[in-house]
Amino acid sequence: MAPPPNRRSGYSRRAQYGTFFGYIAGIVGALVGGGFLIVSIVDPGSFSGLRSVAADAAAPGGRVAAESRNASHGFFEIVRGYALAGARNAKLERELAEAKTRLVEAQATAEENVRLKALLGLMQEDQKPVAFAQLVAATGSSTRRFATIGVGADRGVTVGMPVHSPLGLIGRVLEVGQSSARVLLITDTESVVPARRADDGVAAFAQGRGDGSLQLRLINLGINPLKVGDVFVTSGSGGLYRPGIAIATVTSLTRDGAVARVLSDPAATEFVAVDRVWTQQVEAPTPPATAPDADAGR
Amino acid sequence: MPSRLAKIVQNRSRRRINRAPSPLLARGVPWLSVMLASLLPAWLFLASAPYVPPFGFLTLLAWRQLRPGLLPVWAGLPLGFFDDLYSGQPMGSAILLWSAAMIVIDLIELRFPWRSFALEWLLATAMIVAHALGALGLANAAGGSAPVSVLAPQIILAVLFYPFVGRIVAALDRFRLIPFVDASR
Repeated sequence: MAPPPNRRSGYSRRAQYGTFFGYIAGIVGALVGGGFLIVSIVDPGSFSGLRSVAADAAAPGGRVAAESRNASHGFFEIVRGYALAGARNAKLERELAEAKTRLVEAQATAEENVRLKALLGLMQEDQKPVAFAQLVAATGSSTRRFATIGVGADRGVTVGMPVHSPLGLIGRVLEVGQSSARVLLITDTESVVPARRADDGVAAFAQGRGDGSLQLRLINLGINPLKVGDVFVTSGSGGLYRPGIAIATVTSLTRDGAVARVLSDPAATEFVAVDRVWTQQVEAPTPPATAPDADAGR
Repeated sequence: MPSRLAKIVQNRSRRRINRAPSPLLARGVPWLSVMLASLLPAWLFLASAPYVPPFGFLTLLAWRQLRPGLLPVWAGLPLGFFDDLYSGQPMGSAILLWSAAMIVIDLIELRFPWRSFALEWLLATAMIVAHALGALGLANAAGGSAPVSVLAPQIILAVLFYPFVGRIVAALDRFRLIPFVDASR
């Protein structure tokens, strides 16, 4: 196709200036973008207010979209269920997946209890979630992994609260608006979650890789004790996430740990629970389980 | 039945006489469509990995290639700002990349004024790759540390989706130029 004939502004002064100022405005736009970038790199929270207002404004539309998304998700699941072995099959599979996660979490809790009983005078009661919410949106093309949930400061959500679904940990609240909140997903490369193996408590850090999987880094280096299929749960060390929330299963081993698949894929998640920030209630002297090791190392 | 259909068609063509497109729609549809394209994909599917094409950028490119000059060179500033609010990128990333893309496309079109489907797709492919790499670099500068390999599915999907986005934009272009406002007033 030939270019449109009005590309050359000709002898008209007005048209020439129009084109010229258009280019100037374009370059100024790029410079403004660069300035915003520098500000947001120096101070990442500087535009959070603006983003929260925008997320609040878009939240109603997102909720409608989430409803229809859930409905269509259910529809496809039923169709797939008939294609495989009837709608019942799909439902049972989902329940089984949930039950498996519960089982692993229960194992982890039992193991945690044994350890806590070994320590003296440690009490910890199960806390109810602050709020239940719908996952409204998730970043699609950015390599940063964020999601938006449909509750905010109006329901008592504050920055730092962990977010989890029935299947496992999703992330933690990063920015809070009036009726929506931004969640840093555990698959983001900036998210690091202290984790331990569910059955024996091998400690590791779970860091996001940006592509929907996690990198598990073992804290004690040496022979890699991990196996494919190991389930990791939050360890609760460092606070923030309460212990025993399922995170991921190991899919392949690396030299210093493993790559793990996240158990609660946000794409398959409808509702999530927002927990209170968990604080480690350890005021006792150093736990006897680790103190001898530390001394022996010196 | 056929005669009735013919009548409707006739009426439609008769209704187009002495009608002009609404200036509001003719001007507003490109802007609105780019903004919707940056907002909607995040709602429609929750992606577990960054494989969703940057539909806002693709729509901007498609409008730019279908109707050069309809969106001004500075359109990257407001549209990129809107995209940054929802995309999860650090604020300013889309403003910078989209503004630069508009300027670069202008410069390239001065060099290659004759265009074809293949050439436009090739230019769009180059733009998509540059945009994805730039967005990754800016996101990593602001705290992330994702490797380049994460981008491969997104780039492939975006390149394959681009002609489809172009079709949608062409349909929107026909829609925005439907003459229905009485021109005699």
